[in-house]
Amino acid sequence: MIAASEIVTKVKSALGEDTEIEVIDLTGTQDHYKAVVVSDQFDGLNSLKRHRLVYGALAEEMKGPIHALTLETYTATEWANR
Amino acid sequence: MTEKKSISLPIIGNETTVDSEHKTRAEGGDIMSEIAHEVNANKVVLYMKGTPDMPQCGFSARACAILGSYGVPYHAVNILADQEKRQAIKEFSEWPTIPQVYISGEFQGGSDILMQMHDSGELEAALKKAFA
Repeated sequence: MIAASEIVTKVKSALGEDTEIEVIDLTGTQDHYKAVVVSDQFDGLNSLKRHRLVYGALAEEMKGPIHALTLETYTATEWANR
Repeated sequence: MTEKKSISLPIIGNETTVDSEHKTRAEGGDIMSEIAHEVNANKVVLYMKGTPDMPQCGFSARACAILGSYGVPYHAVNILADQEKRQAIKEFSEWPTIPQVYISGEFQGGSDILMQMHDSGELEAALKKAFA
């Protein structure tokens, strides 16, 4: 188990404080999450590389407390145009 | 007929070459060379929890449903039945979650990316190329 706020903190510290992130607890059990991440660090990267960046920020957490993390990743421009 | 060929493994930091003559653990190879052989010997490989008939996880079920919709054969590996592979595949792909999909020996991602590729047409293109 891990608090959603902790996921937010970890991802922001890895991708930059200007990262927009919303974390949703899918099951109410604090271990299956969905995260929508908006960051210009994703600019020019395909989905695989974007997901790797986020998973990398949560490397330790992915080994135990987070059982599943569904990801949506956008640059600021993609987010604005969606 | 056993042409000796080397396979590149995506190990962090450096490239490791494995001897493809020792493919599986049963044949005296290690787990990484077994996986390297598996993803190269099959056009589509799905590492999943459970089996296509009886998936044990919603994300694995979704991956099966997507791949199944194209009617192409895919090699499903139930990592719940192989604890060593369950850990090793995460290191091999540098990817922390299951399911994982390989097409033509190339890592594609997990179920989110598979769904995106399905929606965008990329998946159809990759499968057409693989089975051309």
